[in-house]
Amino acid sequence: MTVDLTYSIVVVLIVAAVTFLTRAAPFALQNRAGMRNGWVTYLGKTLPPAIMAMLVIYGLKNTGILRYPNGIPELIALTVVAVLHVWKKNALISILSGTAVYMILVQRVFTGG
Amino acid sequence: MADALKKAFPVTVPVLLGYLFVGMAFGMLLQERGYSFVWAFFISLTVYAGSMQFVMLSFLSYYSGLYNIALMTLAVNFRHVFYGISMLEKFKGSGRKKLYMIFSLTDETYSLLCSGSVPPGVDPHLYRFCVAMLNQIYWITGSVVGALAGAVISFNTQGIDFAMTALFATIFIDQWQSYPTHAPALIGLAAALLALFVLGPDSFVIPALLVIVCALLMFRERIVPAFETRGGEERDG
Repeated sequence: MTVDLTYSIVVVLIVAAVTFLTRAAPFALQNRAGMRNGWVTYLGKTLPPAIMAMLVIYGLKNTGILRYPNGIPELIALTVVAVLHVWKKNALISILSGTAVYMILVQRVFTGG
Repeated sequence: MADALKKAFPVTVPVLLGYLFVGMAFGMLLQERGYSFVWAFFISLTVYAGSMQFVMLSFLSYYSGLYNIALMTLAVNFRHVFYGISMLEKFKGSGRKKLYMIFSLTDETYSLLCSGSVPPGVDPHLYRFCVAMLNQIYWITGSVVGALAGAVISFNTQGIDFAMTALFATIFIDQWQSYPTHAPALIGLAAALLALFVLGPDSFVIPALLVIVCALLMFRERIVPAFETRGGEERDG
């Protein structure tokens, strides 16, 4: 495949600029009306666990419950992550083991369908 | 700086792994599309957004309208607006580092900065700066190595992106155990699942975020007391 240099550079620049914009917006607007009162601090405190829950779902968004293998590899791997994490409290062990289990499951075990 | 780096490093180890793996996967896919490790380096240096870089691969493969690209980037990364809101206080007074802190606020860096407390005896701003910078170094390294390796060898990477989900899950569990109330976590879970089932995988993120914010504001009167009384874990439902 050949690379269109100009087009590719423009794509990278647009994605970089818009990404920075989303990250900078709250800081640019923070002294405007409404940003300094209680609800911003309240959201700052309560949003993290809610967003983290959303991101877990985001990571699983392409899991098809209704088609083979019905999300079973994800369920097993997530259980491995959760049990190890509550037990050992070491994120590295939990992530490595969970990912290894998942890769084995999707590459070697649930290969039909 | 050396001391802050030494204290920041252990905290970033899970991200080191996740970013090396996922970064390598990105580098390989990029290389497959005809873009060398030089591209991997500059994209990871200037864009630095995990999931968006994967979405970007399709823009590089097929010509897309520039307006579409901007809109898609806005949609995929809109969640970062909310990350910024919860970092307004923490980044205050960080001086010249602030611009980089804002630029480098990825999902993973955000989660480390909001879950991790600052070790004693180190400037909090310098410590956070080191966490953010180490993470980007891992990401750049992973993507460059992936692009280089993709040109030489090929192995079955299917399922490797589960590392990202696993990372989010461990942070979710940490927060679940340390927060005085589970209500925000449950709201997030319910809103995300509802939006996913109703709208499908490609367009559920922003609606889910809006529902989360509305629900949090609606239940504010019931959630706030949990934060004001220590040891509120026993009595929330």
